[in-house]
This record gives sequence, C-alpha cells and structure tokens, in this order.
Amino acid sequence: MKKFFVILMVVVMSLALVACGGEKQTDEPSTVIKIGGTGPLTGGAAIYGNAAANGAKIAVDEINALGGLQFELRYEDDAHDAEKAANAYNQLKDWGAQITLGSVTSAPAQATSAMNYADGLFAITPSASSTAVTEGKNNVFQMCFTDPGQGTKSAEYISEKGLATKVAVIYKNDDVYSTGIYETFVAEAANRNMEVVSVTTFTTETQNDFSVQIADAKNNGADLVFLPMYYDAASLILAQAAAVGYEPTFFGVDGMDGILAMPGFDTSLAEGVILLTSFSADAEDAKSFVDKYVAAHGETPNQFAAGAYDAVYALYQACTAAGVTPDMTAQQINDLMIAQFTTMSFDGLTGTDITWDATGAVSKAPRGMVIENGAYVGMD
Amino acid sequence: MNFLSNIISGISLGSVYAIIALGYTMVYGIAKMLNFAHGDVIMVGGYVCFFAMFSFGLHPVIAVLLAIIACTLLGITIERIAYKPLRSAPALAVLITAIGVSYFLQNAAQLLWTSSPKVFKSVVPKGYINLFDGQLSIAYVTLVTIATCIAVMVALTLFVNTTKMGKAMRACSEDKIAAQLMGINVNNTISLTFAIGSALAAVAGVLMCSSYPLLMPTTGSLPGIKAFTAAVFGGIGSIPGALIGGIFLGIIEILVGAYISTELATPIVFLILIVVLLVKPNGLLGKKINEKV
Repeated sequence: MKKFFVILMVVVMSLALVACGGEKQTDEPSTVIKIGGTGPLTGGAAIYGNAAANGAKIAVDEINALGGLQFELRYEDDAHDAEKAANAYNQLKDWGAQITLGSVTSAPAQATSAMNYADGLFAITPSASSTAVTEGKNNVFQMCFTDPGQGTKSAEYISEKGLATKVAVIYKNDDVYSTGIYETFVAEAANRNMEVVSVTTFTTETQNDFSVQIADAKNNGADLVFLPMYYDAASLILAQAAAVGYEPTFFGVDGMDGILAMPGFDTSLAEGVILLTSFSADAEDAKSFVDKYVAAHGETPNQFAAGAYDAVYALYQACTAAGVTPDMTAQQINDLMIAQFTTMSFDGLTGTDITWDATGAVSKAPRGMVIENGAYVGMD
Repeated sequence: MNFLSNIISGISLGSVYAIIALGYTMVYGIAKMLNFAHGDVIMVGGYVCFFAMFSFGLHPVIAVLLAIIACTLLGITIERIAYKPLRSAPALAVLITAIGVSYFLQNAAQLLWTSSPKVFKSVVPKGYINLFDGQLSIAYVTLVTIATCIAVMVALTLFVNTTKMGKAMRACSEDKIAAQLMGINVNNTISLTFAIGSALAAVAGVLMCSSYPLLMPTTGSLPGIKAFTAAVFGGIGSIPGALIGGIFLGIIEILVGAYISTELATPIVFLILIVVLLVKPNGLLGKKINEKV
C-alpha cells in the first residue's frame, strides 16, 4: 500500500512539473530569438573565447538597435574542454537556445557539434576550424576557413606571389590545428614545385627553445619559414631567429593574428611577417566594429571577434530572408537555416561574397597581410 | 662547430631547468615534500617583475628585488595556510595540497592578469659573446643564468653545511621527531626552507622569462615539471645534483632534437631518465638511503 502511494506521488509530481514547464512556455511567448554559444571564457585559451563572445555581443546589440528581429545572446564557458563544452551546451539547451554559435575552439566544437546534429539545433561556429567539426553534420557551418583550407591557400599564395622556392615548416605536432594545416600545406607545395627543405616540430612541453628548429631551417637554406601555429609560440620563434641573425620571410596563418597586441612585444621582430587571415583590423569596412570593440574592451579585436560578429550577422541575414520568428522551435529554424546557408551569399568583415557548401565549409578569399611598422598592411 | 653550438643551446636551456630544479630539490631535501606549486611561484615572480618594469618603469634590479620579496611573502603565506596544518598528515595529503595550490595560483593569475600572453623584457642586456670569429655565440643571459646557478648552489651548500640554521635544517631532514626532541623548532625551520625556496623561485622566474620571454599563467607549470625531472635525474635532495641534472637534461633535449628528431626529443629524454634511474635509483648524485626496518 505504501509503495502504491509512493508511485502515485511520483506520477502526480512529475505531471505537475511537466505542467509547470508547459504553462511557462504558453504564458510568456518569446519575443526574442535565443542564440547560445560555448567558448573558453576561462583557462589557457580564454583570449579566444572572450574575443568571440565580445564580438558576437557587439553584433547582437547592433541588430537589436535596428528594431526588427531581436536576438538574445548567451555564452557559456567550456574552458577549451570537450566535457565541459557538453555541459555548457546542455545549459544552453535548458535556457531555450534556438540557434547556436557552436563552440569557439576545435576540440570542444567536435563535442558540441555532434550534439547540435543529434538535437537538430543549428550551429555556425565563428572559429572552430577543424574539419571534424562539420564532417557528417548537415546543420553545422563554419565562419572560418578549415585547417586544410588554410594550408592549401598558404601554399597557393606563396607560389603565386613568388615569395620563395625553398621553404621550411615548423609546426606543433601535438595540436590538430597546426598538424592539419601542415599536412595540406606540404601536399600543395609538392604540386607547385616548392621545395620544402626543412620540417621540424615542437610540442606544448618543448615550446620554449627553438634553437634546433631555427638552425635546421637556416642550415638548409630556407628563404621562407611557414609557421602554422598560434602567435604565442610564433613570438618566441621570431625572437630567437632574430637573435641568431636569421632573417627569412616568416609566413603565418590566422593563429598568427594577435601577435602585435601582445603586451611588451617588440613589434620590430615581426617586421615583414606575412600572414594569411580573413580579417584585418585596419581595413576600412572594419572601422566601426573596431572602434566599438576598442571602446568597450580596450584592445583591438582579433579575427575571433570578427568571426563571431560576422556569424551573428550571417544568422541575421538568414533569419530575415527565411522569415524566422521567435516562436518557432529550434527544429523549424534549423531546417530554414540549412536551406538559407547553402544558398545565400554574405558580405562581412571577414570577406565578401562568402558562401557555404553543403558540408558547412565556408568559401571566401583570404587576405594576405604584411606587417609594416608594427601594423598590418594589405598585400593585394 | 655545429655540434658545439648545439651544446651551447643545450646549456642555455639546461641552465633554466637547473635554476628551477635548485628550488625543488632544496625544499624536498629538507622538508621531504614535493612542492608542485614551485613552478607557479616562478610564474608569479615573472609577473611581478614584468609589471614592475613594464607598467611602473622600474630599474630591472629593483624589479628583481621586488619579485624576490613578493615570492618570499607568497611562499610563506602558502606554507602557513596550505602546508603547515598538514605537518603530521601523510605525505600524500601534502602532495595533493601542493597540486591544489598549483592550480589555485594558475587560475588566480588568470583572473588577475588575464590569460593573454605577455612578452617579458629581459633583465639581462641583450647581446652575445662571440667565439671563433663569430661561429659560436653565447647569449649574456645564459652566462648570467649559469653564474647565478653556481652562486646559488655554493651559497645554499655553505648555508646548509656551516650555519646553525643549516644544521637545524639537516637535522629536520634526517629525523623530524628527534630534531624536535633536541630543541629544534621544526615548524620554523621548515617555514624558513619554504621562504628560501620561494625566493629562489623568483630568481628562476626572472631568468627563465629573460631566456624565453613568453609570460602566461601556465608559463611555470611545464618547465616546473621538466625541472622536477632534472632534480630527480641529478638526485633529488642533492643541491649540486640539481645543477648537473638540469644542464644534462637541457643538452640531451637539444642534441636529440638536432641529430635524431624533434618529434622524439621528449620521449628520448624520459627514456634516458628511466635508464639512469634503473642503474642509479637515487639519481646521479643522490645519497643512498638505507631503509630502516
């Protein structure tokens, strides 16, 4: 008898709970579209997560000020950790996210994009560039180049501009981002008669001393050193190469962006460094965004911030075109978004005539930047 | 000539390991405790020095002194709060606490100074001594690091072997209870050991950042672990062993990278460590301790 009451109570209480949830939704119809995102707001990669969250916020504020479609943005911390990212994603879902900005960095994005796909919740990541993020998921899109794309484009760019014939590569072999770019770079270099004369590696543990790698590039006569890595390691390589009087052309990818903003960095070390990136804070069309960002956060926005800003605007464009309204479910919006993203063309800070293919990869032209007198200057 | 220049790179990397290892080994030798937060105290020393020079424009010497004072105070505070209450607890509890302190310092540093990397300006003037018509060059900072290592090593050895306080330290190291019975204030002796260890951490932090000028909240943790390896390699608890272990580790790492493969550098370093420990379980200069049964 006692048992029966327990079961009865459980049933009644759970019904009550369900009823509460139901009531809440019908009582307050949402007037905003809820956009969620996860990113490393703390931890070693926090610089990227915070940049993306700040960039997205500026875009949301601008769009809301227009008075039409209203967005509400929420970023959850994933500390650049796949497990925490899964929790952060669930929090966003509980909050009622209808569209997401995926995750900022690749490893967490691999975890959350699988959940996005399973739940039919649309995602466009501003910066998670690994192909594993989009592979096999028709509703996960990228605002940034994929890693292989960057390697291929870099080799193409070097060969088309005739920057070098003998190339050295230093890459970080415990990092998917760095190895991904390295592999496609070397493959494309072989197609283009570029000679890769030196390939050396480092890991997080050995990311201090680059004397061996620099000596190898120097002794093999490389006139260009390709650095597919983030700017922290690159800054040490530039300093140590300068110390031994080795002055090749250094060529970086989007991870190099941010090097000039490092407090205390001697910008003369980066003089002549070329990087292929999609965003330049100096470009005329970026001025309003850059000014707002600097005013709010006291630093120049990097490409993570610009990528998130563009991602929000791309969502805005797609939502407007598809007539998305705040009362739609995540699943309904998901279907409309997929249809829009695979057909639309978008102009943003990180490129013009941007399109997406069905795999979710972006197609846009990279911009070659060279560092002159401590600032980026467009090469094209 | 290439070989020699690799050796020099190895020594300059090794000297950084050595100066960190000195702090590890000193605390271990006396307090019999692995202070895993040592690497993070180093990071704090680096930050204090960075802000003193970069934000307040102080002279490098004053900045280094400030870093030493700050780290000593930090070391004493950590010891008071986190380690002292655990004096009679099992060694494992203290070890876990040390790891906790390490994480606490890293995250506190990130809250205070953000995770964006800062570039440290060397406290040693940039420049090189050229040998053999410029075919070999040794950076000043390497020379200063090695000189500091040797000076610290000599000073510590003299301090531990000749002063009254040093005698008390050795007594604590051998047998805490017996030392207490003989009228030695074991608590204060161990606190002093931490204070000295933390002051050394500040010096190590400044010199490490002068050689490898990238400063992040995680800057100290990996070199700290490498330096710990160096200390074990040289014989943990042995002060000259830390210096030798550090230099050896640096040279092996660079030579393996240069002649075998940069990919295999770390595994081979640890392989050599395993072999050394198999042959000499107490490290190169470690004392053989007979277990009392």
